[in-house]
Amino acid sequence: MDIDLITNVLYATLKTGTPLILIALGEMVAEKSGVLNLGQEGMLLVGAAVGFIVASLTGNYFLAAFCAIFAGMMMSLVFGFLSITLAANQVATGLALTIFGAGLSAFLGNNYIGIGLEGIGIWEIPLLSDIPVIGKVLFQHDPLVYLTIILFAVVYWVFRSTRLGLKIRAVGENPEAANAIGIHVHQIRYMAVLFGGAMTGLAGAYLSLVYTPMWSDGMSAGRGWIALALVVFASWKAERILLGAYLFGFASIMHLVLQGTKFEVAPNIMAMLPYVATIIVLVWLSSDAIKTKMSAPKSIGQPYRPMS
Amino acid sequence: MSLQQPTERLRLSGITKEYPGCLANDAIDLVVLPGETHALLGENGAGKSTLMKIIYGVVRPDAGTITWQGEKVQISGPAHARQLGVGMVFQHFSLFETLTVAENIALSLPAEESRDMEALSRRIREISEHYGMALDPDRHVHTLSVGAQQRVEIVRCLLQDIRLLILDEPTSVLTPQEVRELFRTLKTLAAEGVSILFISHKLDEVTELCNAATVLRNGKVTGNCNPQDVTSEDLARMMVGDDTPLNQNYQKAQGGNTALQIKALNFRPEDPFGVTIEGLNLEVKAGEILGIAGVAGNGQDELCALLSGEEMSAAGEINLLGNNISRLLPEARRKLGFAFVPEERLGRGAVPNMSLVDNALLSASHRGLKKNGWINYGKVRDYALQVIDKYNVKCANEDAQAKSLSGGNLQKFIIGREIEQKPKLLVCSHPTWGVDIGAAILIRHALINLRDEGSAIVVVSEDIDELYQISDRIGAICDGKLSPVRPTNEVGIETLGQWMAGQFSNGGEAAHA
Repeated sequence: MDIDLITNVLYATLKTGTPLILIALGEMVAEKSGVLNLGQEGMLLVGAAVGFIVASLTGNYFLAAFCAIFAGMMMSLVFGFLSITLAANQVATGLALTIFGAGLSAFLGNNYIGIGLEGIGIWEIPLLSDIPVIGKVLFQHDPLVYLTIILFAVVYWVFRSTRLGLKIRAVGENPEAANAIGIHVHQIRYMAVLFGGAMTGLAGAYLSLVYTPMWSDGMSAGRGWIALALVVFASWKAERILLGAYLFGFASIMHLVLQGTKFEVAPNIMAMLPYVATIIVLVWLSSDAIKTKMSAPKSIGQPYRPMS
Repeated sequence: MSLQQPTERLRLSGITKEYPGCLANDAIDLVVLPGETHALLGENGAGKSTLMKIIYGVVRPDAGTITWQGEKVQISGPAHARQLGVGMVFQHFSLFETLTVAENIALSLPAEESRDMEALSRRIREISEHYGMALDPDRHVHTLSVGAQQRVEIVRCLLQDIRLLILDEPTSVLTPQEVRELFRTLKTLAAEGVSILFISHKLDEVTELCNAATVLRNGKVTGNCNPQDVTSEDLARMMVGDDTPLNQNYQKAQGGNTALQIKALNFRPEDPFGVTIEGLNLEVKAGEILGIAGVAGNGQDELCALLSGEEMSAAGEINLLGNNISRLLPEARRKLGFAFVPEERLGRGAVPNMSLVDNALLSASHRGLKKNGWINYGKVRDYALQVIDKYNVKCANEDAQAKSLSGGNLQKFIIGREIEQKPKLLVCSHPTWGVDIGAAILIRHALINLRDEGSAIVVVSEDIDELYQISDRIGAICDGKLSPVRPTNEVGIETLGQWMAGQFSNGGEAAHA
């Protein structure tokens, strides 16, 4: 492989990993608070549809991304109301949200199929982007790639050294005890779920405005599900989500690259590569049972009903 | 405007709380003075816990008023209660196992006090030393012993400006030595003017520690007294009310042939928080009760699961009447005369959503209740009715769901179901845990009767008084290792306490402290 190919592969790795990181970070925060939201795929599609529609109507990408975030939050608010306030089963509610989101996005986006969009352009970081190879790989991206890394740092910092992070973990481990020391369990869970919705909405906007600037039904292609699995395999650790997502991105790109070479393997086998590689690495990382148990939110999936 | 300084710390008047089908608190009046250690006594379901939760703001009363240091208050939640200076140590700890001691404590403090974690760690060290409770702020809670976890809860309360400390059955999980340390701490606190509300089933503790007591029965206050002026028997009488015999002395038995023999049992649990069992030896004779004391989480669960067949040991032998059962599944063990009363009633001892009839079938099916794979429901029903009748199980009828029974009644049903199978070996985990005095007496009596019929019985319990009362030989388990096992009347409480804390050599002789 020549240096250009390597540069391009790494460049594409960052782009492919970005939406997964956004979704998985948001879902990780929600799960840390004890709420399992399986509606990621639905929220992602609605975010993508809303983002695309607003962008093609107004041409304002900033507004489009904002509306996609808002749409994701509205979806997660519905989920939160059902699964937190009304204490409905989280798994069933989340699956319903996915089905609802797929239908809603298809309905909303119906008139926008086949329309093209320019897409968000690239922000070159001055000076840094002139460095050979590294400049191209790291510093010639669209703003969302940078934003994602900033958001990662924020989430990492919140769980590492803030009281809010402690509160979220406490609520996710033992909501009764958290309530007993005066933490508002529902408030924390709503905040976490809404954050998850916002992140997934933003990931949707990334797909339809940057990654493939167009709208088509089901364009999320299962990324919501992959991100959900990523959270578990990453043992609810932000840094492992980052690693897993980029690894997945890298393997996805490699499978395309390898198809173009004389390397002869059945394409279906190659298509499995990203999944297999990601799972193997993350399972290997999480093989320390005690550490994994320490970071898994104990009350995940269990609605909390305050005593009256 | 009050004209005089309030002399009362807390006054409850007419506190009433009704749950569907149960009047938990019925017009309760209670006064706590500064520096007073006030016991709250009563059987299970008397309404003690509900009352404490009302004071701590977890539960809101339907009627009645709370007066705090002379001012009427509506406690809106635990945060408000803590702001007033009320702290509570729950029976089931409200700690977060995956966080450190300091992080746990930081969460319950106002944000501005917990910002500087190093300063907080220093304060935790200072306070825990001042009150004689050693504590390392940087340890993760799941690595701490139960006694240490309780200290975390108490220190957490003490870091605030505390005026009233509520302790819900604080001694039930402690070794005798730990109980004494706790009492020293509580006495220091009381001397500093802190009021203490102390819930306990153990009356001698109340007479040792408390200088006021309120007795509840069926949600009502049935008596007030100063425990210093009355005997434990008087207190028990106030709690139970009727003429239930309170204490029974049972003859100790010698036992006959060996029924159960465990040789060099080894087990490494998959659960990372589980306890490893290494080289455990034990012999139980037919016609004796062998008591195993120990603080929760020292291998009791693992030992019971290995005996019942829920877990298989990696090495070693379990011989039941000469058959090596260590590789058999639970069902095969039961066919050989094994019976088991697990610690958790709902979910392990009984299926919550199934009727008592179906629950009876679950473990007794091989006692002629089925034929060629077909269930004889007539016989199953008779069996369930027999248990309900003989063990005085209070339930709507035999078709009632297991979860509709109170803890004590369900426990009577489960114990009865196992005993009526006339097992050769019965293993009971915490047979009277959380059960009121009346039911506990009945259960102990049934165990003694079964022993006298020649069964071997192993009782695992944290209730030391109970073990002394019913076991013929006694030992303790600590960190997966079994202490020497001796005839009960040769083992003093001091020795047993040392065994529970792991101070014994595996050779058999107890180490002297």
